[in-house]
Order: sequence, then structure tokens, then C-alpha cells
Amino acid sequence: MSTSPNIARVARVVAAKDLRIEMRSHIVVQQVLPFAGLVMVMFAFALDNDDVLQRVAGGLVWLATLFSLFIVVQRSYAIETSDGALDALRVAGVDSQGIFLGKSAALFVQLITLEMLLFVLAVVLYQVQLSLAGLVLLVTCVLCATAGLAFVGTLYGGLTAGARGRETLLPLLLLPVVAPVVLSATRATESAFLSGGTVLADGWSWVGVLAVFAALFGIGGLLSFGALIEE
Amino acid sequence: MNSTAVRSVGTPSTRLFGLLAIVCMTWVVVGGLFFTPADLNQGESVRIMYVHVPTAWVAYLAFIVTGVASAMFMFGKRHSLGFDRVAGASAEVGLMFMAITLISGSLWGRLTWGTFWEWDPRLTTTAFLFVTYLGYMAVRGLGGSPQQRARRSAVVAMLAVLEIPLVHFSVVMWRSLHQRASVLSTDGDIKMDGLMLTTLFVGVIGFTCTFAWLVSHRQRVMAMRDILLATQLDSALNERIAEGSQS
Repeated sequence: MSTSPNIARVARVVAAKDLRIEMRSHIVVQQVLPFAGLVMVMFAFALDNDDVLQRVAGGLVWLATLFSLFIVVQRSYAIETSDGALDALRVAGVDSQGIFLGKSAALFVQLITLEMLLFVLAVVLYQVQLSLAGLVLLVTCVLCATAGLAFVGTLYGGLTAGARGRETLLPLLLLPVVAPVVLSATRATESAFLSGGTVLADGWSWVGVLAVFAALFGIGGLLSFGALIEE
Repeated sequence: MNSTAVRSVGTPSTRLFGLLAIVCMTWVVVGGLFFTPADLNQGESVRIMYVHVPTAWVAYLAFIVTGVASAMFMFGKRHSLGFDRVAGASAEVGLMFMAITLISGSLWGRLTWGTFWEWDPRLTTTAFLFVTYLGYMAVRGLGGSPQQRARRSAVVAMLAVLEIPLVHFSVVMWRSLHQRASVLSTDGDIKMDGLMLTTLFVGVIGFTCTFAWLVSHRQRVMAMRDILLATQLDSALNERIAEGSQS
């Protein structure tokens, strides 16, 4: 009998478990997605100008993603800490790197779903245009940015899980860390939308920053997650 | 233990740092305010530099010390809490210096650039560093045993080492406005009056000594607090054991 299941298998099981819980609870579909959609509508009310909305659509999408990220991350750990599931996983000797990858993968899937809705809303509400080349840039940008957000969200979510004041501590810790993602993803998305006189080629250098961010925090998370959730 | 030992919290090194800090600070105050000339372009506002540049240097030094001490805690064989206390003390003092840097820089910017804030890479990175270490201090205050506190905060400090260069690089790509460094310029041509330069360097030494003095004392206070917590726990356990054996 194998005593230590490999990391990939643990990651798959943890991700499937998280996603199954979300699909059964409908929290993301019934609460997080409508919240993100409402944020997009509120931005339109606040800015109240079609040209400005078209110009800043990329930034607004990523801001709405960021706000939703806090909710999704806290939700992801609420299901673990409410009945001590995370402690049980640790006590059972489950590999912490597998847990990290699994929770990141589940978060990645939820965020991608959310972003798809937000980009559709941006096209419908803010009237942004998207060419085929722009779509390729946008998809690459979304994949890299979301991977970075998922790794960082999982890492800091694990740190604040079960801590008092975690609702306020998580944004305080996460916001400075994800600033490069918001900045780079916004610039790349603006290039994909060709908004404000930007050029498509500029967007690819920002995608490079996003890829480096995702790689660094993916490796950093794999190495440090065990120390964070160990109690 | 004699009464003198109880009263004194200093060591020869802290006394040396304290004395050097007083001497250097006196030079900076007197020289910076009364003897150094006003700048041709910036006028009297250049005097802010004698506080702004040394505090910025010390703030960055403090966060390097925090990062290195955190790494030594995590990767050291004994996971010594001494490194954690140095990391925590350095971050606390560094935050204070960074606040002074941001405030003095903002005031200088208002006088020189006509605005309190510019979205410039160095300014923005410094502000992000400040907020990151506010988060670090919040993590230190989460509670738990000293080992738990040390492990969590060491990870956060090391992640900050990953984060800050990325923040800086992305903001540099975004825009760049800041005045080029005048003293540490790469062309080796320092364009500054001799007394001004000396006062600036004395300021750097003075603020560095103040940092060392504050960190030495602060980490000792932290060690005492950890000992006190452990002692209180031991005495509470002994009391419960005594109660149990009496009943």
C-alpha cells in the first residue's frame, strides 16, 4: 500500500472536493457572480461616461475580479476551518504542497468563471471592441493573471485562515502583493481592447510580468504553504 | 541579582550606538539648519533632505535586516527565536522610519514639484513596502505561541522579498518621473557642496546608529515578554497541579 500519495493526486482530490462543495452550495453562482456583476454596474454609474468607461474597461474588470477574489478566498478557507478540515488533512499526513496546488486549482477555476462573466459584461455594458489578435492576448493575460491571483490567494488565505480579524487582515496582506497583477493585467487588457490609443504589441510585455509573478508565487507557495498552515 | 543589574537594560554596544546617535544627530540639526547653504534651485527646502535621505536608507536597511533575520530563522537548524525577535524589532523600527520618509518626501515634493504625491516608481514602491510591513506587523499580532508567530511572520517577510521587486519593476514599466539620485549617481559625479554632503553622511550614520540602538532595545523587550509569557504559563500550570494535589 502506498503511504504517501503523490502531490498531483492530492491536488486533484483537494481541487475536486473544493469545486464539488462550491457546485453544491451555489455560493459562487448565487452570490459572488451577481456581486461582481453589480460592481461593474456601479462603476458605470460612478463614471457615467461611455468614452471613459471604454477607456478604463480593462482596469474595472480587474478591480471587480480583485474585490471578488477576497470573497472567494475567504469562502475557500471557511469550508476548511469551520469543522477543522484543514487540521484533519494535516494530521492525516496529507502533503501540504498537494493541498496548496489543489486549492489553487479550485480557486483558478472559480476565478476564470468569474472573469468570463466580467469580460462579457465589459463588452455589453462598456461597448469595448475585441479583434482576434486581441482575443489571443486577452486569453493569455487572463490565464497568467488568474494563476498568479490563485497562488497568492491560496497562500495568504491559508495564513489568515482561522485567525481573528481575517476579514480585514486578508485584504491588507493581499492588496500590496497583487498590485503588480492588477497593474500588468490592466495594461495588457487595455492593449487587447486597443483602448486609449494603445497598441497590441505592448500588451505582451505585461503578460511577461504576469507569467513571472505566477511562477515566483507558485514556487514560493509550494515551498512555504506547509509552514503557514502548520499549527 | 544585584539592584544595578535590574535597573540597567543597556549593554556596552547599545551605549555606544546611543552616544554616536546623539553626537551625529546634534551635528545634523545644527549643521542642517544653520551652517549648510540653501540650494540654488530648491532653496531652503533642501534641508528636508538631511532627514529624508537617511530615514529612507534606514527604512530599506531595516527591511533587509527583517528579510535576512527571517530567512535565518526559517533555514537555521535551531529555528532560533532570537532571529525572529530581531526581524520583528527591525520591521517595527523600519516602519517608523518609512513613515518619516514618506511624510518628509511628501512635504519636499509639495515645495519642489508642487504636489504632495507623484506616481513615481520609487515613491510608489516605498508606499507599497510600508503597507506590506503594516501587514507583516498585523501577522505578528495574530497570537499563538512564539514559534507559530515566528514561522508565520518569517514566511510573510520572505514573500515580501519576492513582492517588492515585482512591484517596483511593474511601476517602472508603468511610468518614471522621480528625480535621479544625486549622491549615488552612476556617473560618479557628485554635485553637492562639501558641508552639505558631510552633513548628509553624518545624518546617515546618526540615523543608522539610532536604528541599531532602537532594535537592540526592542528585541530585548520582546525576549523579556516571551520569557514572561512562558513563566506565567509555567506558574499557572504549577498552581493547577498544586490545586489538584490538595483536593
